[in-house]
Amino acid sequence: MAVASSLVLLASACGGDEEAGGGATTGGALEGRGPITFATGKDTSGFLPAQVSAWNSQHPEEKVTVVELPESADGQRQQMVQASQNKQDSFSVLNLDVVWTAEFAANRWVEEIPRDSFPSLSAAIPATIKTAEYRGKLYAVPITSDGGMLYYRKDLLTKAGVQPPATWAEMATACQKVQALPEGKGMGCYAGQFEKYEGLTVNFSEAINGAGGVVVGEDGKPNVDTPEALAGLEFLVNAFKSGAIPKAAITYKEEEGRRAFQDGKLLFHRQWPYQYALASKTDGSSKVVGKFAVAPLPGLNGPGVSTLGGHNYAISAFAKNKASAADFIKFMASEERQSANLQASSQAPAWASLYDDTALQAKFPYLTPLKASIEKAQPRPAVVKYGDVTAAIQEAAYDALTEKKQPKQALTDLQTKLSSLITQ
Amino acid sequence: MSAPTPVAAERPVNQPPTSEKVRRHDEGTGKLAAILLSPTMLVLGLVVLFPIISALRESLYQPGGVDPETGFVTEGDTFVGLDNYTAIFTGDTADRFWNAFYNTTFFTVTCVVLETILGVAMALVMHKAFRGRAVVRASILVPWAIPTVVSALLWKWIFQADGAANAIIGRQVLWSTEGWQSVASVIIADTWKTAPFIGLLVLAGLQTIPNEVYEAAKVDGASVFQQFRMITLPLVKPALLVAVLFRMLDTLRIFDLPFVLVGPHKDSVETLSMLAYDEAFNTRYGPAAAYATVLFIYVAVVAFAFVKLLGADVIGDAAVRKPKKKKKGDSAPPGVGAAGLGGLTAGGGV
Repeated sequence: MAVASSLVLLASACGGDEEAGGGATTGGALEGRGPITFATGKDTSGFLPAQVSAWNSQHPEEKVTVVELPESADGQRQQMVQASQNKQDSFSVLNLDVVWTAEFAANRWVEEIPRDSFPSLSAAIPATIKTAEYRGKLYAVPITSDGGMLYYRKDLLTKAGVQPPATWAEMATACQKVQALPEGKGMGCYAGQFEKYEGLTVNFSEAINGAGGVVVGEDGKPNVDTPEALAGLEFLVNAFKSGAIPKAAITYKEEEGRRAFQDGKLLFHRQWPYQYALASKTDGSSKVVGKFAVAPLPGLNGPGVSTLGGHNYAISAFAKNKASAADFIKFMASEERQSANLQASSQAPAWASLYDDTALQAKFPYLTPLKASIEKAQPRPAVVKYGDVTAAIQEAAYDALTEKKQPKQALTDLQTKLSSLITQ
Repeated sequence: MSAPTPVAAERPVNQPPTSEKVRRHDEGTGKLAAILLSPTMLVLGLVVLFPIISALRESLYQPGGVDPETGFVTEGDTFVGLDNYTAIFTGDTADRFWNAFYNTTFFTVTCVVLETILGVAMALVMHKAFRGRAVVRASILVPWAIPTVVSALLWKWIFQADGAANAIIGRQVLWSTEGWQSVASVIIADTWKTAPFIGLLVLAGLQTIPNEVYEAAKVDGASVFQQFRMITLPLVKPALLVAVLFRMLDTLRIFDLPFVLVGPHKDSVETLSMLAYDEAFNTRYGPAAAYATVLFIYVAVVAFAFVKLLGADVIGDAAVRKPKKKKKGDSAPPGVGAAGLGGLTAGGGV
């Protein structure tokens, strides 16, 4: 019994051995044609088979087989890491979350992407390309992007006679005016994702960037113990203290917050684009159908800064048919495929001009604010030990929000911790 | 496995030439036993021994770091001796380790005590003959049949800010935040899920107690409480101790419930398994193996102490039988000693 307890860990531990033997993989030429595999998270939209069969019908000799990984990001990363550590060619093309780029690049698990031969790069929103870079070199191709937006109750703001806020102070004033209305009584002002998980890293970074601070600077060094960062963190801490952010929001991930917004309990909500369609559903699940709109995130002295989400496609260093893999990525990154994917799955594309397409704008009214959000958005730290870095950020943010630590102290401790983790 | 070997080795010294037939007969038995047992031993070696040794070896290595010049990770693991172990017990990680150690121990003690009381109560109810007994038995066992992760998700739903738990108590407790509330939520969910396990094993024990004993007690004028204390408890003790032992070993490696219900990196509910997972998740398999080994030793020590102090019949049975075998020579039927163990494993599998 006792033995069984450690077995699971031990079994996974065995994978580490393999690293010792193999030589370095050579970068450069992407050669080899033939069938390839595409490893991606569970396809919740159901549209992926159509995309892939479009490729397969044009390239019968280079058929793509989709390998569906778990729905959770951690589960996907684990399988990709395992296959890479064992130098298996089971996944030719990897669908990487933007925060994994550094880890996969530094371990040489993915090939460097020659920028000249990928035309889609020049059409992509520049911010999305930053998420695929490690130390100035490109290791993946942006396919989908994501940015936070401010969902607000249009009906209540109109009634109170206020404009959508561009700053945190305006947001607070707007909220007070709405709370003075009979409909707005007891309503929560604002919420984001504040449970201790990746979402907190996103929201914490946005607060800090929105006040002009950084978590990790352009030079790749942590620089979070600054007055700007403190102002950003204090916005969140004070909003919790004053009750502007409801107490329960400390337990909110995306879905808990979405329920609160859809139940009409929140005036402002920081959320990803996916909420738009769900909150507009007329099956009775949402009480705010037609009553809300989106705006770019507010900041300290002007518009705020979103944290970048999204997925990039990379070529495994252990793939046999790398030329086919590169072509498949080009295919999926093309305007036609990205447009089709946006329409079917409503995932934000990396292709910039799609946001300005009037037909698409009619279908997705949030495209304009979303583009503004993504264009200004900042990536999360591109560090090899991302798991440790994000855990440290969450620890600091959570301690400050739950008043276990003073904001200043939390940032000083975070700076120390990040300095020891980021040594590149 | 070790039992037949000394017997076979002693024979030739005691009576060298005379009883050749007996010796041959003995040797044959030993060989046959060895052959018959070898598949089991092979499987055990593969699934138990090899991973343990592999993990011990792994725990002495560390993965390569990032080369500051190129930005690439240096390939290959480096041998670091006991560094991974000393790292656990020094600096910040030591605080985290001891906190997790305390949480693990606290969960084990609290949950097992609660589950034992509830489990015995459940068993007594299930044992009574009444109408609809089958339904009650089945319904009590439902929580045990639900996978831990699923039950953790169910309880997460109950314990969310606007969930059923808060609706019932009439105020807003944020169960997944740091503090007593997250600890309580884990204990409640774990007790709910695994009290039926103890109930089931105790029920099996209760059913072996003959009715005549109770009848005799009634004739002697024993009260219900006296019957419970003097008859039920002592007679059900072997089954109960095994159930408690299993639950203790299980709870010492508690992982999925706090991980899913409350979440990772929460000091209030972080357990030793979660530390090992965290290291492995960040692809530091050496330190992860070190944590797993420390946990393994802790579990082994607790199990050993429990068996020694309370005399649970898990390996005690086999230990007692060994000397007996020697006295009686080869006449003791093989498998008697193992019967207890076999029964136990079957019980544990339910």
